[in-house]
Amino acid sequence: MTVRERLRTAAGVLGMGGPATRAQAPATDTASTTSTPLEAPHVAPAPQDAGARDTVARGDRLPDDAGGRGGGGRRRRKGGRGEQLMVPDAEFRSYYDRPIIKPPVWKKPDVPAYLYLGGVAGVSSSLAALGDLTGRTSLRRVGRLTSAGAAVSSVVFLVHDLGRPARFLHMMRVFKPTSPLSMGSWILATFSTFSGATAALELTGWFPRLGRLSGIAAGVFGPAMITYTAVLFSDTAVPAWHDAYEELPFVFAGSAMAAGGSVCLLTGRDAAPARRVAVAGAALEVAAITVMERRIGYSARAYTTGRAGTVLRAARAATITGGIVAAASGFVRGRRGRLLGIASALLLNGASAATRYGVFEAGMVSARDPAYIVVPQRERMRAREADATGTS
Amino acid sequence: MVNAPTTNSLSGPLPDPTANAGYAADHPPRVGFFTDTSVCIGCKACEVACKEWNALPADGVGDHGAEGDVLGLTGMSYDNSGGLGASTYRHVAFVEQRVPAKTSVPVELGMPLSQLPGAVNPGEDREGDATEVRWLMASDVCKHCTHAACLDVCPTGALIRTEHGTVLVQDDICNGCGYCIPACPYGVIDQRKGDGGAFKCTMCQDRLGDGLMPACATACPTESIMFGNLDELRERADARLATLHGQNVPEARLYGHDPNDGVGGDGAFFLLLDEPEVYGLPPDPVVTTKDLPSMWRHAGAAALTAAGAVALAFLGARR
Repeated sequence: MTVRERLRTAAGVLGMGGPATRAQAPATDTASTTSTPLEAPHVAPAPQDAGARDTVARGDRLPDDAGGRGGGGRRRRKGGRGEQLMVPDAEFRSYYDRPIIKPPVWKKPDVPAYLYLGGVAGVSSSLAALGDLTGRTSLRRVGRLTSAGAAVSSVVFLVHDLGRPARFLHMMRVFKPTSPLSMGSWILATFSTFSGATAALELTGWFPRLGRLSGIAAGVFGPAMITYTAVLFSDTAVPAWHDAYEELPFVFAGSAMAAGGSVCLLTGRDAAPARRVAVAGAALEVAAITVMERRIGYSARAYTTGRAGTVLRAARAATITGGIVAAASGFVRGRRGRLLGIASALLLNGASAATRYGVFEAGMVSARDPAYIVVPQRERMRAREADATGTS
Repeated sequence: MVNAPTTNSLSGPLPDPTANAGYAADHPPRVGFFTDTSVCIGCKACEVACKEWNALPADGVGDHGAEGDVLGLTGMSYDNSGGLGASTYRHVAFVEQRVPAKTSVPVELGMPLSQLPGAVNPGEDREGDATEVRWLMASDVCKHCTHAACLDVCPTGALIRTEHGTVLVQDDICNGCGYCIPACPYGVIDQRKGDGGAFKCTMCQDRLGDGLMPACATACPTESIMFGNLDELRERADARLATLHGQNVPEARLYGHDPNDGVGGDGAFFLLLDEPEVYGLPPDPVVTTKDLPSMWRHAGAAALTAAGAVALAFLGARR
């Protein structure tokens, strides 16, 4: 069964509260056939999906131009904005088109910047730790300083985003595994402490052995830093984030590797491992987001349409280009090689920030539009009913 | 912290969330609301009583995720609060529907009946495609879920399960991180502008301890909002549903009463006369933390992938 067929069937189910209700209750379901200004139109078929009309009960039909937005009525979805939709428009009922869940109050650019910087910090600390252990001094130095700078900025953005920033230490009063933000706060606090201490020791040159230990600790926490934010987003009722929970950690990990790796490849002579990380990260990010958009069904349109879609397409193009440029920079010696490295760092970091922004924006769109809640939940209920009748 | 169950579940039926939260076995029974929308008259006494008792600041429809006009009115219905919010703990929804004229059985008033044009005899359908306007009104409130996502995800411990089995924000703890807001599958809790903290229905925690009903239920003139022990309310709801079905109101249905639903059953549940989404409620809400173990597993796999990639990048790299 294709997605389109499933949605058509879902549209049919939407018209009825269950077989029993349908038989006895004309009140809600077989709506009027006339169209008045007062009326709450029960179905206004999506213009580009004429086939869906055939599955809707006859009485539910209204002319396309009925278009009212009354309470409890269905509305006509706006047509695609000149973009190829992966999922067709669907019909659903809502309360005056109002959001069902509350959109997050998280601010821009605070939260996208916090995600991006956390990713850069995590990957560069791991690169710095291994660079230290393998005797790559410039990779160690750049990695440590990048990591500390990004981690501290990330914390500043996170605290600034709080509704009551003076109480940021309340995050430290509990250790709560059911809250990704609690776990994330502990990861971020631990990581930032080690990362900051390592950078301080790097700059002062004091206690190099302690610096190595502290750097290794930060490097071990690095992979957690770059992925916990995906759980932070997924563990919400925001459809575009929750539905993507399987791939989002890989998207964020890839995005972080591309950004952090490409910053560290500016170290020149020592850059080979960082370059590999950047290229692998770019590939991982593009692959993960592609798989995600194919798997998550209705929510995919949040990632492919509107401003989020535009930003994410641009980010993908920049990621692919940046990955290629980063790989090429390994084969070119001298000044031109350095310039290629700088170009790849700019592209991959811009792309990483854009990806975080795009994912953030997709979630906001899906939270504001009740379609992202009602259509998949109705489909889920229909599938469950079909299962129940099929097995009994 | 006596008798706390050793297992903690993130979803599914949970007979006693209060004990699960660590209260001793002699804790008060779990209380809740049963809001029977079939008798709601849309008077908004609950909204006003709630504002008054909880001393909530004024807010407008613009604060609830939708735009209002210059007067802060929605301009679409008699609903001018628009939805639940940080300063609106009860919200009365107004749904206006044109539906096929229904065969309503007139109430016998003991008066001589004259046959009006368009009137029908009891039990007969009106001819043709006659329509009539139907109004649905419903007072919405925090659901005080058995598995409350807001409580699960709160990183400060500001959100707690009370001794009455309800879900409460401790304002002196909340640091306004805002995580509870998108976590709620019903869109109940929100951040108060100018304050920064998260606010929602407390079920009048300050009245419960004194044996008083919440302000909304006390003010409701039709007993559309019923307050009591959750077990009793569920029985009353089943009886009311049977009555309505017997009175040829087959569209009546309960919402949020089932302990097997996605949130383990609501502490505040409803009798509705149309599909939940018509009232602005999600048709099949699921507590988001149900998938949390799987989320951490995927994040762990991604973290290991990244760690492995970084480690491999150093193998055989030229110096």
